[in-house]
Amino acid sequence: MPDATQVMFFLSAALILVSAVLVVTVRNLIHAALWLIATLFGVAMLYVLLEAGFLAVVQVVVYIGAIAIMFIFAVMLTRRDLLSQSPQTNANWPVALGVSALALVGIAYIVRGFVFSLERTPAPLTGDTLQMLGEALTSPSLFVLPFEVASVLLLAALIGSVYLAWNKK
Amino acid sequence: MIPLSWYLYLSAVLFAIGLYGVLARKNAIAILLGIELMLNAANINLVAFWRYGDPALMAGQVFAIIVFAVAAAEVAVGLSLVISIYRSRKTVVADELDLMKW
Repeated sequence: MPDATQVMFFLSAALILVSAVLVVTVRNLIHAALWLIATLFGVAMLYVLLEAGFLAVVQVVVYIGAIAIMFIFAVMLTRRDLLSQSPQTNANWPVALGVSALALVGIAYIVRGFVFSLERTPAPLTGDTLQMLGEALTSPSLFVLPFEVASVLLLAALIGSVYLAWNKK
Repeated sequence: MIPLSWYLYLSAVLFAIGLYGVLARKNAIAILLGIELMLNAANINLVAFWRYGDPALMAGQVFAIIVFAVAAAEVAVGLSLVISIYRSRKTVVADELDLMKW
């Protein structure tokens, strides 16, 4: 008999998998972007189940609020009527299906033979994980350097995307 | 209680779906959508290993946040490339962008 967290896991897994399949198969790209939002929301539910509340909030705000909306804008800016009649997959799609099935089998094989004990129960959380995350991100002995590198990367992406999308005429 | 392996299998399936999307779709924006699915699959793994390992070590969550930042940068640059290509070539179909094919 599954307990409450297992029921929640199955619900979010079903949401993630169904909407992810629709993202890669549905014909209309606006619909694909909307199904991507459903997938991202399911992943946010998994973060809540894993007791990573801050990441769940960041997932909703950054992924759904910024990235998915940017996809919708890009689809609207590059619409072409011809595309809605022709097939949405290229000629090699059976090869793509085979390669991704092979990747799935390979990863599942590695997970099955994992030395890390797969049936262990998570240790109870001690202390405020949000505070610990903030301290880890700003402490010089931990992750302040990757944090700064990420901010430089975001600045470079900002400048680069403005430059690329700039209309020179 | 949810075993760790469930998260790993779920993220493996999500990764495979994203890989299929990247390899099979024609539209460049749809390829970027597949990449987003793959990045999310990796993030599920990172957070699951953080929770089932030692939660006092925040490396898993910090790495997940770095992945968020990299995904945001990738989407910004990728979509502006797509828009810039659309402006000059009037297409977003990856097969038709063969200017550099030998």
